Amino acid sequence: MLSTLLSILTVALFAATVRAATPLILAALGGIFSERTGVVNIALEGIMLTGAFFAVLGSYTASNMGLGPTISPWIGVLAAVVFGVILSAIHAVVSIRFKADQIVSGVAINILALGLTGFLLQFIFNTSGNSPSVPNLPAVAIPILSSIPIIGEVFFNQPPLVYVAYIAIPLTSFVLFRTPLGLRMRSVGEHPKAADTVGVNVFKLRYLGVLLSGVLAGLAGAYLSIGQLNIFSENMTNGRGYIALAAVIFGKWNPWGALGACLLFGFADAIQISLQNAGVNIPSEFLLMLPYVLTLIALAGFIGRSVAPAAVGEPYEK
Amino acid sequence: MAESKEPMAQNKRQRVLNAVVPRVRGLFLPVGAILMAFLVGAIFILAIGENPFVAYAALLKGAFGDPYSIGETLEATTPLIFTGLAVAFAFRAKMFNIGAEGQFLIGALAATWVGVNLHLPGPIHIAVTLLTGFIAGGLWGGFAGFLKAVRGVNEVISTIMLNFIALFFIDFMVTGPMKEESALNIPQTAQILETARLMKIMPPSRLSAGILIALLAAFVVWWLLWKTTTGYAIRATGLNPFAAEYGGIKPNFNMFLSMLISGGLAGLGGAVIISGLFLRFQQGFAPGYGFTAIAVALVGANNPPGVVLAALLFAALSTGARGMQNVAGVPQDTVLIIQALVIFFVAAPQIVQWLPDWWAKRKAAAQAAAEGAQLEGGQA
Repeated sequence: MLSTLLSILTVALFAATVRAATPLILAALGGIFSERTGVVNIALEGIMLTGAFFAVLGSYTASNMGLGPTISPWIGVLAAVVFGVILSAIHAVVSIRFKADQIVSGVAINILALGLTGFLLQFIFNTSGNSPSVPNLPAVAIPILSSIPIIGEVFFNQPPLVYVAYIAIPLTSFVLFRTPLGLRMRSVGEHPKAADTVGVNVFKLRYLGVLLSGVLAGLAGAYLSIGQLNIFSENMTNGRGYIALAAVIFGKWNPWGALGACLLFGFADAIQISLQNAGVNIPSEFLLMLPYVLTLIALAGFIGRSVAPAAVGEPYEK
Repeated sequence: MAESKEPMAQNKRQRVLNAVVPRVRGLFLPVGAILMAFLVGAIFILAIGENPFVAYAALLKGAFGDPYSIGETLEATTPLIFTGLAVAFAFRAKMFNIGAEGQFLIGALAATWVGVNLHLPGPIHIAVTLLTGFIAGGLWGGFAGFLKAVRGVNEVISTIMLNFIALFFIDFMVTGPMKEESALNIPQTAQILETARLMKIMPPSRLSAGILIALLAAFVVWWLLWKTTTGYAIRATGLNPFAAEYGGIKPNFNMFLSMLISGGLAGLGGAVIISGLFLRFQQGFAPGYGFTAIAVALVGANNPPGVVLAALLFAALSTGARGMQNVAGVPQDTVLIIQALVIFFVAAPQIVQWLPDWWAKRKAAAQAAAEGAQLEGGQA
């Protein structure tokens, strides 16, 4: 038993952890931008799903137009970001301009995304299950770094969107905590009235936060469909948007904290697959449950309590 | 004498009007939102080159075209009434229960266990099965209420987490301890015993007596909320917890209680669906009744009669969708888009008011521009 357990702790497992964590990281960073400016974003799930679909559609269309397999997937990534932003814009307009309940709007976005992707899957590809396969983004080994033993294989021989996530983490942290813009964004999430009084445009910054979450969750979706695989399948996010949301909370609305949470959740996901493959008879369901149980415990304050931005969820009335 | 009679009659008429007008006005929003949603849905249908009238006619026919379809639609209404009531009930205490899905499934699983493993005489077995579903769902929802009351944990997040925990726990149970022993490797439990089954009331459709239990539940919820002290305390907590506390009501306890009962209603729904329709717990049998419930409660304005009507609407959408795809060639998923649009329009009624304003402004601007051009043309 022990030897089997040790045998699965391989480089491949840790590389799989990084791959499983990547979409969570991208979406969680999006969630942080949105929630730090005071807009709850449970629409991450739907935005990701939409991103995943349009990444495939973009790549498919581009390759049909004769663009090669190197360029086509990047058109897909672009499409994922554009449609991620469009969907997040709906969430933003409904919850900021029209002051609807942000959770209700998020629920509606998630239903809309499920309906829209299913509708288009049926209309364009004439199927209700999987799209045809399209050109995807293969792993790219980074020169020099990828030849470092173990670390190179785990971190630097991955699909390109993984590297985007590496860059996005410090960038998010820098923008939020080291720039005037970040200070203003956080201020409208903590105390919009005070921010407004000193001349900060609450609405503009909230729009920015939500739209950035659209960019990042769109990328996360693209990673799922054409970063990791080469197809879209119905409801392929399968709750990852909610795991990302859990990571935001577990990581206390901080990019580095969210990174830790995503790696932990990614590890839980990767190890349950390895365990199953190794034929170890531990019910994998309990490992899959882990992210949610830990988040509940963190929220209840048993391991350093998570406290949300003060004004999160409240529409701002001028 | 005649003079004094007139104001009295007027008073009476005013009283009747006061009672009726807000109710009728209350209907405008959901009905307007539904019409708008179908209108926007029609744009999607037009975009793929199909005829929205044909599609909606097929939808309607698929849902209500013949007694069989009506029975199926009502059967699909049943779980949505329970989960819709669950969300609405919690909402009366300002608790947002996103976890009706998990509570529904846990209730269904617990009820299945009782239905399979206990040996009791007929009606008692049904009662015990349903009660078990209520208790199991109630505990699942009540836990979120407990976390809110005692540790201040936001119930939206905790119920989302509890949904997934429920889902994986169920996967474990139906592929492990509760899995049916058979040659086929299907992730499902054994069938519940005959004594635990609700009877069919509209064969050949699959409609069971569960719909009657659902309507009874709607009545009980109404009675509980508006005719008892407990309901008063729950509503007071939702309207203003500080004022409620000042008046001697314990807001924390009532938040917990509302989640306990809310979870119970969802769990009872799960039990009814097992006992009346599926007869066993099969992995992934429920297509998200707990999520549609949020739309149901919203459109039904968190009122039991409204919830029943909204549940019927969403059930009709889902039953009619297949007919729409088969007859009119419009993807089933169109109904999800319509559903989402209904939520948007009900949640942000300002959109419905804002659109005509925006249109009028645009028209005025266009007119002004046209007049401007005419003037310029005249000068030249």
